[in-house]
Order: sequence, then structure tokens, then C-alpha cells
Amino acid sequence: MAAPLTLLLLVAVTVRAALFRSSLSELISERVEVVSPLTAWKRVIEGLALLDLGVSPYSGDVFHETPLTIYLFHFLVDYAEVTFMLADVITAVALYMAVKDYNKQVFRKQKFALEADRYPLDCLELIRSPKEMYYIPLKVAMFYLLNPFTILSCVAKSTCGLNNAIIALFILSTIKGNVLLSAIFLSLATYQSIYPLTLCAPALLYLMQRQYIPVNFRRASFWWFIVQYAFMYLGSLFVIICLSFFLLGSWDYLPSVYGFILSVPDLTPNIGLFWYFFAEMFEHFRLFFLCVFQINVFFYTIPLSIKLKEHPVFLIFMQLAVISIFKSYPTVGDISLYMAFLPVWSHLHRFLRNIFLVSCVLLACSALFPVLWHLWIYAGSANSNFYYAITLLFNVAQILLVSDYFYAFLRREHHLTYGLYLKRKDGSEATLVLK
Amino acid sequence: MGLLSDPNRRRALISLLTRLNTPICIVCYMAGVAWFMGLAFEPFTLRTYMSENAMGSTMVEERFPAGERALATGREFSAHKKRTGGMPVEWLMKTMQAKGLEVFTQRFSRTLPFPDENKERYMVRGTNVYGILRAPRAPRTEALVLSAPCSPGDNNNQAVGLLLGLAEYFRNQIYWAKDIIFLVNEHDLIGMQAWLEGYHHTNTTGMDWSPLQGRGGSIQAALSLELSSDIITSLDLVLEGLNGQLPNLDLANLFYAFCQKIGVLCTIQGKLQRNDWDSVSGYSHAVQTMMLMVMKQASGRPWGDHGLFLRYHIEAATIKGVNSFRQYKTDATTIGRLLEGMYRKLNNLLERLHQSYFFYLMPSLSHFVSIGYYMPAFGLLAVILLLRALDLWVQLSTPPQRTEDGSSPGVLSLLTPLVISHLTGVALYMLPIRFQEMAVEHFPVSETEAVVLTAIAVYTLLSPGTEQGWRVLKLVAVLYLAVLLGCTALINFSLGFILALTLVPVAAFVTPHVPKVLSAFILVILSPACTLLFSVFFFQELQEMPISFQDGWLLFLSVISQGILDHSLYGSLVYPLITLLVYPCWLLFWNILFWN
Repeated sequence: MAAPLTLLLLVAVTVRAALFRSSLSELISERVEVVSPLTAWKRVIEGLALLDLGVSPYSGDVFHETPLTIYLFHFLVDYAEVTFMLADVITAVALYMAVKDYNKQVFRKQKFALEADRYPLDCLELIRSPKEMYYIPLKVAMFYLLNPFTILSCVAKSTCGLNNAIIALFILSTIKGNVLLSAIFLSLATYQSIYPLTLCAPALLYLMQRQYIPVNFRRASFWWFIVQYAFMYLGSLFVIICLSFFLLGSWDYLPSVYGFILSVPDLTPNIGLFWYFFAEMFEHFRLFFLCVFQINVFFYTIPLSIKLKEHPVFLIFMQLAVISIFKSYPTVGDISLYMAFLPVWSHLHRFLRNIFLVSCVLLACSALFPVLWHLWIYAGSANSNFYYAITLLFNVAQILLVSDYFYAFLRREHHLTYGLYLKRKDGSEATLVLK
Repeated sequence: MGLLSDPNRRRALISLLTRLNTPICIVCYMAGVAWFMGLAFEPFTLRTYMSENAMGSTMVEERFPAGERALATGREFSAHKKRTGGMPVEWLMKTMQAKGLEVFTQRFSRTLPFPDENKERYMVRGTNVYGILRAPRAPRTEALVLSAPCSPGDNNNQAVGLLLGLAEYFRNQIYWAKDIIFLVNEHDLIGMQAWLEGYHHTNTTGMDWSPLQGRGGSIQAALSLELSSDIITSLDLVLEGLNGQLPNLDLANLFYAFCQKIGVLCTIQGKLQRNDWDSVSGYSHAVQTMMLMVMKQASGRPWGDHGLFLRYHIEAATIKGVNSFRQYKTDATTIGRLLEGMYRKLNNLLERLHQSYFFYLMPSLSHFVSIGYYMPAFGLLAVILLLRALDLWVQLSTPPQRTEDGSSPGVLSLLTPLVISHLTGVALYMLPIRFQEMAVEHFPVSETEAVVLTAIAVYTLLSPGTEQGWRVLKLVAVLYLAVLLGCTALINFSLGFILALTLVPVAAFVTPHVPKVLSAFILVILSPACTLLFSVFFFQELQEMPISFQDGWLLFLSVISQGILDHSLYGSLVYPLITLLVYPCWLLFWNILFWN
């Protein structure tokens, strides 16, 4: 399996290198769909310039990266292209290894269940074979590396690629069962963009599952594990934050990075839901809706964790999708991360209902973004409503996609316990209806 | 959401859509065409009305007296033009300075990628002269432009004369709140392009021009004037700009309102308005007017010197004086008064024209069809593609249970036709200009195309493909076409609609199992190139200037070379769109037809 992966990496790097050299890279790095005020490379350059002048990079209202990022690029600014390509490669390899490991566990669990005769007899066609699972890790890497969204994001040098790499490393260390590394990478990811905080729920569930700790509020071992993880997480977060403080010598970065993410002062159009809504709103209601919108991102953790407590890796996928849809400055790079997981759930395809509709809408919207942007900004004949309509449609399609996968996953689990061909009480064939 | 989540109703809907797919598609096509033809029917259209407050309610009085003197200036200009054999820069500068304007010139030069046979030019070198009348009443942050092209021969002398006459008259008025720039541009659009790029400090097409020495505020609106005789019978309004962009409808409304007020006959697409909309001839007149607009818009080229202003968010139109054999005559004084009135209203603007529509079609000058009314016509055609895609999807997702072996076509068998057809597109995009550099005569597009088509047909006939394979390829091609046409129709409705009209039937019926020779013939007839050929004849027919096949063919070739020139000179998008995207997409369907 190493040879195809190497080939894939080579292809991916070649495509990126070619695009970096072409005149397109300038154009791409200006697109609002690809870079947000948080991740734009132009702003990193500005921050670096301020840093070199001995001024705090946060003194203007331009730079919103974390201090560690700017110190990273302080040394690597000449090798920025290589760094971003490397970040993508790391993400892909980490996901590849994580999914490979995960598939092994899934298969082992399935074997135990089969030996224990836990599945109903008519469910044999739902059982996954090693043959079809063999190429899934490679497909995951391919979905990430050759996804046009990832390529655009990398060519635009959006720092989103770095965040993705950290999250991928977090997933890898969690799936490998390394509690300390998992906590460290989670705190790094939180430090970078706050929202990955919600990933602590699936990480905890997974690690406990792995160590055979029951998820039960009355058990001391459960609480003891949570305290351990929280200690490691908060400890490393504390270290990172203090490190940033000592590097910079001031707390400027806290309001400028986290305040910026949470209070959404920059309403530049992007593919998210915030900008139009807050641009239209009376200032009076701003705080209230800000809270509503931000709680929205975090809130889904609770119901999803309860429903999916046996399947933490699927929960990770759901959480990543929820974050990338509802976060305040989403870019296509965020989307590409959760889309990389789609091949892992390829066995759900027979239960997906709207996949055709959703993929058509996603495709059409991706093409319409630049067209409507052109009509609004350059031609001046359309207006922001046109662009927001497409944003809305794009997000609705994403939500449909995620909820479709969620439904399909639950349905497969249901069939695995109750049999594939359900009967009503009177013996006729029953259908499952989601209401 | 009930429909999406209830499996029984979903199944019923999908089975209905797949069972009745062909009839629904045919009905949609008919409905789309019928809807489009219905747009020109007057009761279905809206009357134009002025949306902009600043121009609507205020009264202005037109007093321009000096039409005769303007014509005399025009004659003087003509004499100097003849003497210098081009733009009489010295004389123009002196005259403009005498009228009290700040006068500047701009030199530019441009080498065309290949000689333009219509206008007989290759190495273009010229000078723009412009004078700025500074606004006495307000800070000089905004400007209006009045331009007249300095054309070769005896054309447009009266326009320049009137421009100078208006400059002199405007100079003595005190109410101007915006700078007014009087521009005489040489070599029509090339000069205009140089001036606009100079004014906005951009250089998108690699032209050489000297920087502007004097500038006004940001330009709010512009009119371009074309007059070739002392007395005219009607004024024609030209709206279509680069890439099918149109100015705000309020500009057309303004022109129409003043024509009504002053009593000048006004036309659009050279067609006078008729009142008998309920008769057959009246309706067909409206259809002709609208179709002319659709054809002009679809061509994506600027149909007057105003066309390039639109790119910079400047609302602009060209006003053309027409001298035909009508009884009704209008003199230069009246046209001067009309322009004076329009500029005084534009002078009142508080913000850019934005209240009214940007997407519209005009079946007559007093009626328009807005985007909400014409988009369903396109939507009905696009739905066909989606229905076919749904049908293919259902076909693809059901059989795998029966035939397990070879059901999934390799990625390679899908990728190869996609890559090949796009490479052909790239070749078609690059070759004409390369060929033109080597050979002076017309590039052999049709021969190349024939070779490509046979090559692809042979290739696909030789290589084995599965039943599933062509379905997947067709699904991809149909969705590709749907997205492509949708985007095109948003930017340039007319182009999108004409392409949909011809390509949608192709996309809907092509399979490897239809009779090959007949379908290949139909496919060629409905290809983008043939669509262009038909459009050329149709356009001539609409303009009531039918031509023979021989002339039509020559015109067709010159239209192609014009398209390439427009692309390289002004950045028109139609040529790259057709060659790089539409043509490869059509090739995919050709590929499906010859799937083995």
C-alpha cells in the first residue's frame, strides 16, 4: 500500500507546485471562498512585517493569526509553499494511518460479533468484507489531497491547511490510543481556532471505549479518566498560551484572535452563514444573535454524543462537519477535511437517500460562487442577495449531506440489531420512516 | 421535507419521473420555447418606469440653441480631418481650449493578433482628445462622460460638432455638480479601451498607452454619440455591451422619457414601437425586436462605443442618429436639447444608477421583461438536463445487484474522454491565432474539426466500453452541461438560452443505441459552430437584410475572427467559453454516440 500512497502524494505535490508557479495562484488567494480574514496569507505577511518592525502584529486590525503561527512563519516564510504542501501531506498521511487503524478495529469488532452470533441472519449483506475495506485508507488520502477545495486552499496558502493538519494528527493519536498526544493536539487545535474544542467529546468516548471504561456517570473510573484527560488538555493549553505570551510579551493576541472569532466583527462575505445575517441586523440585537449563532456550533455536541456514544469516530466526522458549516469564518478548506471521511462511510451508500440531489447542489453551488461574485462585485448587476442565496443553498446541501449520512448510519445500526427485512406485526413488509 | 424523508412518496415520485421521463422532457422543451416566445407579448411585459428618484420628479428646461453652429463646427472638423488624414489633434485641442475646457490628449498603440479585415487595421496608433468641464457647484468627485468617435471617412463629423457645441453651451451654465468630460476617441473601441484603462489605472489587455494628464471624479454615467447627417429621422438606442452586459434600465428610461417629451422618434434595435400589439404583425414586430436584442447580447461584443464603460460599473449607452426616408425630421438643435436634458437629469444623481433593473430584455422601448420573467424559460430547458441525470442515476443505482461483474467502470475510462475533449478545446482555443501567424489566409477550422471528430469516433469505436460506462459518462456530461449553461445564463442570459436551445436536445437523446449516422448528422447540425452559422443567417433575416449562402459563409468566418479579436482586444469571454468549455462538452456527447 505504500507505493500507491507515494504515487498519490507525488501527484498531489506536482499539481500544487504547478499551480503555485502559474498565474492562477494570485487569483485564487484573493477568493473569499478560499481565504477568510483569519486564514489569509496576505494578512500573515502583514503581521510578519509588523513583527519585524518591532510593533505588535495585533496592533492593527489586520492580523488575526495565533502567535505560534506567526513565529512559525517567521522562520519559514521563505519556504511557505513547501510548508503548506507539507501540511497537506501530513494531513493526508495522518488520515490514512488513522483510517487504516480504525478499519482494523471495525473489522475485529465485526468478527467478534459474528462469532458471538449477535447479528440477525438476514444481515449478512451488511457485513463488510476486508476486500472492500482494503482501499478505503487510500481513498481517504485521495479525497483529501485531490479534492479541488484542498488544492485551492493550499495554493492560496490559507493557514486553514495547518489547522487541518493539527486536527488530523489529533485524530491519528486518538485512534492510536495515545491519550497524552491526543490531549496535546486537541489543545493545539483549540488554540488555533477554538471550535475543535467540541472534538473532546468523541475523543473521550473513543479513548474510554478503547480502555474498556464504561460510560457511566456513577462510576469513579469514568470521572477519573475525564479528570486525567482534562488535566492533560488544560495543562497543555495553559503551556501554549503562556508560551505565546512570553513570545509576544503581551496579551494582545487574546482579543485579537479569539475575540475576533467569537464576536465576528469582520463581515467580509464568505461561504458561511454569519456575514449576511449580521450585516443586515440592527446593532441592538447583535449580541443576542451572536450568542445564538455561536452556541449553535457547540450545542450539537450533546445530542450527538448521546446518540453516537458507541461510534466515536463517526461522531468526529459529524462534529467536523458541524464545525465547518456553522463556524464564523468557514472556508472551503474546512469542508475538505470532513469530506475526506466520506469514503470511510462508503458502506452506508445503500441507505443514503438524497445523495444525488445533494451532490448536484454542491456541484452547482461551487460553480456559481465565482459567477455570482463576478456579477455582484465586478459587473455590479447582481447584489449581495444573489451571493447569499447561493451560500445558503450550499450550506443547506451540506446539512442535508451530513444528516443523510447520520440517518444512514443509524439505520444500518438498526438493521444490524433487528434484521434487514423488517416485518410489521401483521407480517407485511415494513418501511422505516424518519419523522 | 416530507417528500424527501417519506420513502413511499419518494419512490412514487421517482418512478413517475423515470417512467414519464421522455414525455416530461418534451413538454418542458416546448414549454420553455413557448414561454420565451410569450415574453414578447405585450400584456405579459411590464411598462418601463423611472425608478430613480433624483431623475424622476425633478423638472429641467432645455434651452440649447446652437444646433446650426454645431453643424458648422462639424464641417470644420471634417475639413481638418481630411487634411490631416486622421484625428485633427491640434485643431481639436485649440477648439476645446477656446470653449473653456481643460484639454488633454492620450496616445495609444496596439498591434492586433492578426489583421482585422472588416475594419482593415493591424497596427493601430492613435490619439484620444478629451476636455474636462470642471463642476462649478460641487467638489469634483464625480463625472459624466459624453463621447463621440472620430471615425474614418465622412462619418460622425456631426457628432463631434454637436459635442463641441454642447461643450460651449454647458460651459456657460452654472448648475453642474459633476465634471463633464467631452471625449473624442480615435479607432472607436480600441481608443475607448485605452482611455478607460488610463482613467482607471488598469491594464488588462496589454495595450500601450500614455498615462492621462488630467482626470475628473469617478464616472457616473456615459453616453456615446453617433451622428452622420445634418438632419435625422429617428434616434436609436444601443444598450448591449461587452459580454452581454446591459446598463441600468433607468438610462434607457431616461432616453425614452426625453424622446417623448421633446418629440423625437426613438427606436431600439432600429425598430420603431408599434401600438397594435394584439395583431399578428404587431406581435411579430415585438418578437423581432426582442430576438435582435437576444442575438446581439449573445454575441457578447460591444455594439457601440459605450460597451466598455460597463466593465467599470459605469452606466452607458450609445445614441445613434438614423437618417432614413421617413417624413419626420429632427434637426441638430433638438438633439442637442435632448442631450442637454439627459445630462441635467444625470447631473442631479445623488448615487450611481442602481434602482432599476440590470437584467432585462426589451421587446420595445416602452416595455421590458425582467429576469424573473425570462429565467423560467431557461429553467424549463435546464430541468430537462436534471431529469435526464436523475433517470441515469436511477438506472445506474438499480442494476448492480443483478450483474456484479464489470459493473463499476474504471475511473480511467471516464477520465480519458474528459481529458481528450478538453485538450481538443484547448487546441481549438490556441490554434487559430498560431495558425494566423503562419498563414495569412483563413484558418482551416472546419477541416481541423472534421479530423478531430473522425479521430474521436474511431478511437471510441476501437476501445471497448461497458454499458455502465457510457451511462456514467453521460451523467457527468449532462451535469457538466447543466452547470455550464446555468452559469452562462446568469452572466449572459441570451447566450445561455441559445446554447441551451440547441445543446439540450442533444444531451437528452444521445445514447450509443440510436441510429449512428442520422444522430451524428443531428449532432453536427446542433453543434456550437452550426448554431453560430444559423444565428448569422437568422440575424440577417431579422434585420431584413437576407443574404445568400456564400455571403453568409463569409460572414460566418468573419464573425469568428471578430470573436477572437474581441477576446484578445477587450477580453470578451464568449470565444474562450465556447472553445474551452462548451465545445468539449459537446464532444463528450459525440463520444457517447460512438461508444462501443
